[in-house]
Amino acid sequence: MNGKLIFLLFWEFMKIGLFAVGGGPATLPYLMDLTEKFDWYTMEDLTNMIAISESTPGPLGLNMATYAGFHTLGVFGGAVATLGLVFPSVVVIILIAKFLEDFNENKYVQGAFAGIRPAVTALIASAVYGVCKVSLFVETETGYVPAVKTIVLCAVVFALLQVKKLQKYHPALWLLFAVIVGIVFRF
Amino acid sequence: MNEYMQLYMAFLRIGLLTFGGGLAMLPMLKYELVEKKKWITEEDLLDCYAIGQCTPGIIAVNTATYVGYKRKGIAGGIVSTLGMVTPSLVIITLVAICLQAFIENVWVQHALMGVRAVVCALMLNTVLTLAKKSLKNAFCAAVCAAAFALAMFVDIPTVCIVLLAGAAGILLYSVGGKKQ
Repeated sequence: MNGKLIFLLFWEFMKIGLFAVGGGPATLPYLMDLTEKFDWYTMEDLTNMIAISESTPGPLGLNMATYAGFHTLGVFGGAVATLGLVFPSVVVIILIAKFLEDFNENKYVQGAFAGIRPAVTALIASAVYGVCKVSLFVETETGYVPAVKTIVLCAVVFALLQVKKLQKYHPALWLLFAVIVGIVFRF
Repeated sequence: MNEYMQLYMAFLRIGLLTFGGGLAMLPMLKYELVEKKKWITEEDLLDCYAIGQCTPGIIAVNTATYVGYKRKGIAGGIVSTLGMVTPSLVIITLVAICLQAFIENVWVQHALMGVRAVVCALMLNTVLTLAKKSLKNAFCAAVCAAAFALAMFVDIPTVCIVLLAGAAGILLYSVGGKKQ
């Protein structure tokens, strides 16, 4: 067991836990940063991770940490990354609960979050751009070539998701649909 | 069953029965904590949910820590959080082991390619929903555009973008006195 890697895994996920404001999807930009910094997992792995997290119980962020940790260092890595992710939450929330009765009412806290919320949307958008690039395009020697079948399926599902009546369906059902289409049409 | 065990089991059930986290969790939390256990009132729950949303970290974990701490102090907060993470750890590890065994299979590859397309669609939809919710005025749109440009074209750590946006918010709303 590599002690330095264990510490690094805990440290990197602790930073994600400390800076990802707004839960699940907010961890995505940070998880993408990690694909550039380390060779723990690839962008393709990250896309699989999102699919698995969306279709299994539990909060998205935790599932992502467990899966990323598992990819890096097996079962033990999953536990280390998950504990790293929750560590700052436990500390910060206990401090807030203990000392700041009306944390939400504080005008500086409100101001900071009014600025952070739209920025988080932008960060998630930029991470999603990265996910789409590796999923909808195939990397060849001459650059990125569009994967037509994948783009069509993505566009169809996105259009369907805009229909009010279809919005109540669970993401797992859409992913099941994707599995069937992928196998039938040999993506 | 002592109260620590009860906290652990309650949050384990919540973790097991919520898909996606975030807002999807609120009905489960209300059922377990307010109606069944009567540990907190509905107002408490909404307060702690609000705190969970505007503090760093996973909202579900923040809520678990907060409720656990209010019931049984620091140990309660830790026990509740461990309950919340247990289902993710077990289920995801099992799924990952299975996926690793089958990933070379050609049919699994076809299925995963299809899944990728739908992941893109789901994520694009998430961005659209978030944008509708968070872009309420010109300031929000400006921060969003600036953050997007920085993230896409400048080699700058994500953390710095979040800190800059927070500083801009404090300057405009807290110091500048603009109404939200």
